[in-house]
Amino acid sequence: MIKRSVFTSRTLPYLLILPQIAITLTFFYWPAFQGLMRSFMLSDPFGGRSKFVWFDNFIALFTDPLYLKSIVTTCIFSALVAFVSISLGLFIATMANRALKAKSVIRTLLIWPYAVAPAISGILWLFLLHPSYGVVSLAIKRWFGLDWNPLLKGTDALFMVIMASAWKEISYNFVFFMAGLQAIPTSLIEAAAIDGASPFRRFWTITVPLLSPTLFFVTVMNIIYSFFDTFGVIHTMTQGGPGGATNILVYKVYQDGFIGLNLGSSSAQSVVLMTLIITITVLQFKYVERKVQYVG
Amino acid sequence: MRKILVLVSAVISIVFLSGQVMAEPITINWWHAMKGARGKVIDTMVKAFNDSQSEYVVVATYKGDYDETVNAGVAAYRAKKQPHILQSFEVGTQTMMLSGAVYPVYKLMKDEGYDIDWKAYIQPVLSYYMDADGNLMSMPFNSSTPVMYYNVDLFKKAGIPMLSKEKPVTWDELGEITAKLVKSGVTGGLVCGWQSWTQVENYSAIHDIPFASKANGYEGLDCVLLFNNDKVIKHIAMLKDWMKDNRFYYGGQKYQGPSAEFLAQNAGVYIDSVSQISTLQKSAKNFGWDVAPLPVEAWMKNPQNSIIGGASLWVFKGHNKKDYKGIAAFLKHLAKPEMQVYWHKETGYFPITLAAYEQLKKDGYYKEYPYQEVGIKQLTRRDPDKNSRGLRLGYFIQIRNIINEELELVWNGKKTPKEAMDSAVARGNQQLREFEKTYK
Repeated sequence: MIKRSVFTSRTLPYLLILPQIAITLTFFYWPAFQGLMRSFMLSDPFGGRSKFVWFDNFIALFTDPLYLKSIVTTCIFSALVAFVSISLGLFIATMANRALKAKSVIRTLLIWPYAVAPAISGILWLFLLHPSYGVVSLAIKRWFGLDWNPLLKGTDALFMVIMASAWKEISYNFVFFMAGLQAIPTSLIEAAAIDGASPFRRFWTITVPLLSPTLFFVTVMNIIYSFFDTFGVIHTMTQGGPGGATNILVYKVYQDGFIGLNLGSSSAQSVVLMTLIITITVLQFKYVERKVQYVG
Repeated sequence: MRKILVLVSAVISIVFLSGQVMAEPITINWWHAMKGARGKVIDTMVKAFNDSQSEYVVVATYKGDYDETVNAGVAAYRAKKQPHILQSFEVGTQTMMLSGAVYPVYKLMKDEGYDIDWKAYIQPVLSYYMDADGNLMSMPFNSSTPVMYYNVDLFKKAGIPMLSKEKPVTWDELGEITAKLVKSGVTGGLVCGWQSWTQVENYSAIHDIPFASKANGYEGLDCVLLFNNDKVIKHIAMLKDWMKDNRFYYGGQKYQGPSAEFLAQNAGVYIDSVSQISTLQKSAKNFGWDVAPLPVEAWMKNPQNSIIGGASLWVFKGHNKKDYKGIAAFLKHLAKPEMQVYWHKETGYFPITLAAYEQLKKDGYYKEYPYQEVGIKQLTRRDPDKNSRGLRLGYFIQIRNIINEELELVWNGKKTPKEAMDSAVARGNQQLREFEKTYK
């Protein structure tokens, strides 16, 4: 018999959740509401003038071919960041799970990059890949004769920011995959091995399905990460260039709102960004989560 | 017990009352964006003011980069906690002017009884911050202008004579110089920092070409951009052509990339702000360098002044009358020749008064550091006219970003110079119309 505590007072439970609700309302809903309001207005930063313009800010955005291009760039960017960091994270976790010696040391070392701030990660990667002082880029140029130049070439720049953003997230994914892998009963895998299943088959038919809740969670988190937290990487590495090739939505919000002080347009952009991420997450829950197997 | 209470309260009240009788000095807050060595220079200038009188105490606070400082000021103003003085970058001039939050400097000085002869100031510096009627809206503080740096050692190796510090070379001559450099084995010829500022804005000013209509935006919010003219397009096309044989190559939007290229001796010529002088003094240890004025086209017989970059000091409304007396006194203090001389020597930014410039000349400072005078001479070689006094555009930061973006598309071959400039003008005009709509 589980002991349940019963509230005799009707108001007490509400009082108890009040602080949490107050915090959520003030720090999440109030700013979001403000952003929504601003997106329908043209206003000067000092708050002297503001004008209600209905959907003008949104119309301006969606008639701007460059904004549409920025949406496409963002989608490509975040899909690739999520793909690279999930597949590498899973690969490393599988390997680390098998390692016998120094297992815990290896794991700790692999988690470290997560503690690096995105901006620092950007600078570190720039030291490797900058066309004139990057160690790796000089090597690529000398040995492979590749004309590597992220300062001028859009694809090179996009590749560079994807690498830097994914690198950091690999550790995050690694932690979750590691925990997920350890929760898989070894008896299942051993039984399959006795039945003669190859390591790859065991991985594909036992590990992956059992890991699917983790995989799903990590995918959602990675996409949200690549939409918002990669700001620091872009800011330190390319500033959205060259020619807007790495100008992802969140960076444009910052440039127009924080530096350019165009509050109306940047609020509208935030609203679009928010809608986009909500849609993606809802779609994921609706269609992808069906395939997830929650067991245990 | 009661007696003790009375005694204690008496003591407390005496302590507090005497504090008020002592007449606390009035605090004047100044938010700025000058970090490191420049911040220390500011502290020294502030200390000189605070020590010189006892009525006011100026407190200078570093608030981050330019954009962060402006945002801090905006947020503070909206919360009615604004500082007295805010340093804001030149591209934000239009936003600050129209904010309705500032007390124009010319008016402040007049109201506080200072009769200032603005003619004694260096005009191209003032003109950037004046309204259409020539009234000074904010106090110029740190002003710079682009100049051309060159690597003396590489020039010698390639057999190129040193450049004049007064007479600019022509762009054609620079083409020959950079060709010789590349031929002598240098990786590249020319790199430029802040390409929009140095290659479009200043190119237009020097060659007396309007950047935007309505006197570069000074005379109305309904201006349109005009930099997609033949001359600017031809200039961009020339640079693009130079890229074929590395006479020009792209080092990045801001200063970091191009500056690193020059320091690594990958490029023999480098166009950037005079404020890079202090960087070169510190970092260019293994080669000699010198400064020359920006190149001019051969057809331009009397080149105009170049335009400035940097920031100015804005005074916020909404403080006590007494505070403004102190602010005016402080601004006056900053403009004193000795302060300006100190500022110029320590930071490389221009002095804002002719008196300070004369003082520097008299002290023989430019004999010792002749390269420090190149920028100021280029800035003062002619009186500023409508095309060269500055740019007064709404959402100028966005417009600069657009120009940068479009230029990059020229450099990587995705657009022709004409396509890029036309597109930059069209996109920039949209920004101007949006700005206009906000303030109409």
